[in-house]
Amino acid sequence: MTWTINEPMVSIRDVYKSFGAFEVLKGISLDVMKGEVICIIGPSGSGKSTLIRCINALNDIQKGSILVEGQEVNDPKLDKLELRKKVGMVFQQYNLFPHKTALQNIMMAPVRVLKQDKAEVEKIARELIRKVRLEGKEDAYPGELSGGQQQRVAIARSLAMNPDVILFDEVTAALDPETVGEVLQTIKLLAEEGMTCILVTHEMAFAREVADHIYFTDRGVIVEHGPPETFFSEAKDPRTKEFLSQIL
Amino acid sequence: MQEYFEWFRILYEETGINLPFLYDSYDRNRMFQGFLMTIKLSVVCLFFSVIIGIIGAWLQGSSLKWTRRIVDAYIQLFRNTPPLVQLYFFYFAIGSLMPKVATEWGGEAPLLGNFAWAVISLSFFAGAFNVEIFRSGIEAVPNSTVEAAEALGFSKFQIYKDITLPLAFRVCLPSLNNNLVNLVKTTTLAYAIAVPEMLYEANQIWSDNVNVTEMMLFLLFAYFILVGALVWCTNRWERALRIPGYGS
Repeated sequence: MTWTINEPMVSIRDVYKSFGAFEVLKGISLDVMKGEVICIIGPSGSGKSTLIRCINALNDIQKGSILVEGQEVNDPKLDKLELRKKVGMVFQQYNLFPHKTALQNIMMAPVRVLKQDKAEVEKIARELIRKVRLEGKEDAYPGELSGGQQQRVAIARSLAMNPDVILFDEVTAALDPETVGEVLQTIKLLAEEGMTCILVTHEMAFAREVADHIYFTDRGVIVEHGPPETFFSEAKDPRTKEFLSQIL
Repeated sequence: MQEYFEWFRILYEETGINLPFLYDSYDRNRMFQGFLMTIKLSVVCLFFSVIIGIIGAWLQGSSLKWTRRIVDAYIQLFRNTPPLVQLYFFYFAIGSLMPKVATEWGGEAPLLGNFAWAVISLSFFAGAFNVEIFRSGIEAVPNSTVEAAEALGFSKFQIYKDITLPLAFRVCLPSLNNNLVNLVKTTTLAYAIAVPEMLYEANQIWSDNVNVTEMMLFLLFAYFILVGALVWCTNRWERALRIPGYGS
């Protein structure tokens, strides 16, 4: 089955996921087209992070279907490498490799996983460092960088694999307020360049600014969704209203 | 040089303090060969015990229950029995079951000699501790770091080799070094199966010269210097591997 650009890049259909007896996702469906930026918002424990972790198979699902460019993720014979070449991920806690410098962190996966030429990868990695505005920090270890700087290295590390879609899992939640801006700026830059982004976030102002579509999840289901222009002003469901009133 | 050595002969004649391994070239050679044997035995056992530790810790993380059980049984067996008993067991019990091979002069000799049995026995002994040491290091590597590598498409083996092991190694290096120092000291047990290491050669010398006190004093001093040098190296090594901004 070949995927064409007119079909959703990520297509989630009726996904169920539970940890033991605890059901986290109860029938979630959503589509993401190429170049789209979607934000998933909702109270803690509503299954947002679990949902995006299922997209690159860090969590498995019990029922339903997740197609990434036509590749079925809910498949015991899943080619994980093929999937992860397409899907990048940035984590809340950055999760850089602490024993590698910023530059090495970015270069590692293309060199070791994709077996690309080291000199070529280094050139790209240096460009990415410039892109996330960390010139001069190439040889710094993660422990020597601030949270915001580490997170930008993590974004560059993900970009080095040249993914088609990037998952952002509450990437600013662990940051100091003053460094949140620099990370959001970087994501915005990617969004403007046409990178397909799926974000789990608590930054409502940012979601309103960059998202093409917003999904509100609560207790494992999508309660309401829509484009930001209407989503924030015309929320219908009482749960959405309550959540927005608390956070805005 | 010989004048200095002669001084010790005079020392013996004047005071009765007998250090024949200094003034007598035959004893000197015996002692030196013993020293070389101790070094050789230590280096070979260090090497194999670390390999056993790394492989054992990898197998302990296996999803197969029986693999984990076998590794556990190995650790329990070697940790809970005296190393001298293990050495005798290998040399006398297993060694006697091994096939004999023809020697150059027409006789028969066991397939494995006493040196080989000492290496096998001591490596497995120290290796059992190394498995536990490496495991504690591996458990200290945050799962989130491993996940980040997974999301970048690293295979299980690549993660172990490039992420888990280098990080675990730094965490467990102090206890690993401690065990390696113990191993060097434990090589003296090879004396019991007549491996001509330092203690064995010292015994030969004191049997010929009846100078037990001096030889004992010398042995204590020699091991103190040898192990001291090793500790100095390992401390340097620990410092060299320290990552800026990571850990202490």
